[in-house]
Amino acid sequence: MSATDDRIVFDDVSKFYGEILGVNRVTLHVTPGITSLVGPNGSGKTTIMNLMTGLLRASRGRISVLGVSPDEPEALFRLIGYCAQFDSFPPGMTGFEFVASFLGMYGFARRDAVRLAEVAIERVGLTEAMHRKAAGYSKGMRQRIRLAQSIAHRPRVLILDEPLNGLDPIARSEAIALFRSFAAEGLHLIISSHILHEVDMMSDRVVLLNNGYVVAEGGVRGMRDEMSEHPMQVLVRCDQPASLAARLFEKGLVVEAGTHDDGRGLLIQTKDADRFFSAIGEVAVAAGIQLESIAPVDDDLTAVYQYLIGSGGGAS
Amino acid sequence: MSSIPQERVVEIRPMAPLSLDLWIVQIRSIFRIELKRSLIGKRAILTWLLALMPVAIALGMALFPPSARRLADPDARTTAWALLFELLVLRAVIFFGCAWSFLNLFRGEIVDRSLHYSLLAAVRREVLVVGKYLAGVVAATLIYVPTVLLSIALTYLPMKAGDAWTALTTGGGFKAALLYLLVTFLACVGYGAVYMAMGLFFRNPVFPALLVYGWEFINFLLPPILKKLSIVHYLQSLAPVRVSEGPIAIIAEPTAWWISVPTLLILSAVLVGLSGWRLRHYEIRYGSD
Repeated sequence: MSATDDRIVFDDVSKFYGEILGVNRVTLHVTPGITSLVGPNGSGKTTIMNLMTGLLRASRGRISVLGVSPDEPEALFRLIGYCAQFDSFPPGMTGFEFVASFLGMYGFARRDAVRLAEVAIERVGLTEAMHRKAAGYSKGMRQRIRLAQSIAHRPRVLILDEPLNGLDPIARSEAIALFRSFAAEGLHLIISSHILHEVDMMSDRVVLLNNGYVVAEGGVRGMRDEMSEHPMQVLVRCDQPASLAARLFEKGLVVEAGTHDDGRGLLIQTKDADRFFSAIGEVAVAAGIQLESIAPVDDDLTAVYQYLIGSGGGAS
Repeated sequence: MSSIPQERVVEIRPMAPLSLDLWIVQIRSIFRIELKRSLIGKRAILTWLLALMPVAIALGMALFPPSARRLADPDARTTAWALLFELLVLRAVIFFGCAWSFLNLFRGEIVDRSLHYSLLAAVRREVLVVGKYLAGVVAATLIYVPTVLLSIALTYLPMKAGDAWTALTTGGGFKAALLYLLVTFLACVGYGAVYMAMGLFFRNPVFPALLVYGWEFINFLLPPILKKLSIVHYLQSLAPVRVSEGPIAIIAEPTAWWISVPTLLILSAVLVGLSGWRLRHYEIRYGSD
């Protein structure tokens, strides 16, 4: 197996809809685990997913999914399952027929298709409703049956466009657990979501997109560390916040500090987080200050998103 | 939702390797799904209603015959049926029925926003085209062949049983009936391929379909060489009875069956191939479709 056989590769890929930019010069190397695509409306998330699955053709560049080109659907879709955002179904089909009939198109024998469909539907918790017409399902059920259809043939790559849309809170947390179990089985999961804290919670890597460009890519913490123009904010709980602030300024460890509203904490900003974290213990001990907790407050995806893209557009 | 690894739950044989055998399995699967839709889906209602038209007219002619003298005349019956077949069955029922069914094979799924499910299956897009086309042809044949048979039977119904039997057996009636069925089948094959291709090549295929209808309709006015650029010319050439097309019609020699049949089949194969090429390069952009 070559290195690219276990990765999804976008090599300088661009897609234009006439004169409208879809994505531009996207280069990505996606390894197993959960990779989330995050960005505002029109940033290019769905375009990237559709390019990956051959539903769209790249205007420029090369795409390979575990070594297979999107131009080879026969081989590609043995590896990929795609739960697209289109909320529609072939008319007249029950949930079970919807999953099983498409398995037949893969070349599975009828008996195997039936069993695979039943297992997939069980995995998404829709067994009781599987013989009802899919068009009559609630939004959450439609989302789940589409998820069942995308996992039924046991793909190695799962592409999920807004998979948490329409799910209630319990179903959302179950879905996230399911995604994590897929990742633990070694699958590649490419997920787009607009719920940043859920993306943050489940993702191994994040690709931030804006106006068709990849703005940042990697682990959230790593991304945050590289944003030197935005000092990191840290909340330090201690018994003498004012004294601690003075000593931190003396040592040049912080660029800004303020007392927390409850008077028992210090909200500081530092440009060198590593130096700050390694030195604060010594500073506190030398000054006889008792530290209760030290926690970064802006190293999550929401903060990264706001710094890089801004809150105006809102993720979607 | 359950996070039990699937492998622990069932043992499934791996998918068949990529091969001609796999294509046949996939075509069968696509065929089954599409045939069901084409015969008993909501979209089939219009096709069935169209198919009932000639039956209703033949029934009317049987129940309310024009005159007692013509009732017993087998030639008059044959001519009446030939007119009914060419003017109604061929030029309206099969033409519009095939337009509706075959345009919707792909265009209908684009309108429903469900085509992507087929394109996301591990199947060559050309195989998808062949599977759907075959299902469309078989469905149309299953609808229109009984229509033609029933209409023929009703046309001869008012005759005395013995006269009708004589007309069928000694007057070449059975052969004629078989030829009508062949023409019906070839019409489904030819018009089906035309309309499936139109559904893939045109965002709004109604106008191109009307153009084709116009071309087929004025076929009787065209010079012989241009007549050969229409499907209806080859179908008429195969029909057992020549129907008068009026005083201003330009008469042309019918094309021999051994040219007509292969021409229709080759034309259909080329159009199915073009449809496969088109689908292979097709992008799912429902918003712009």
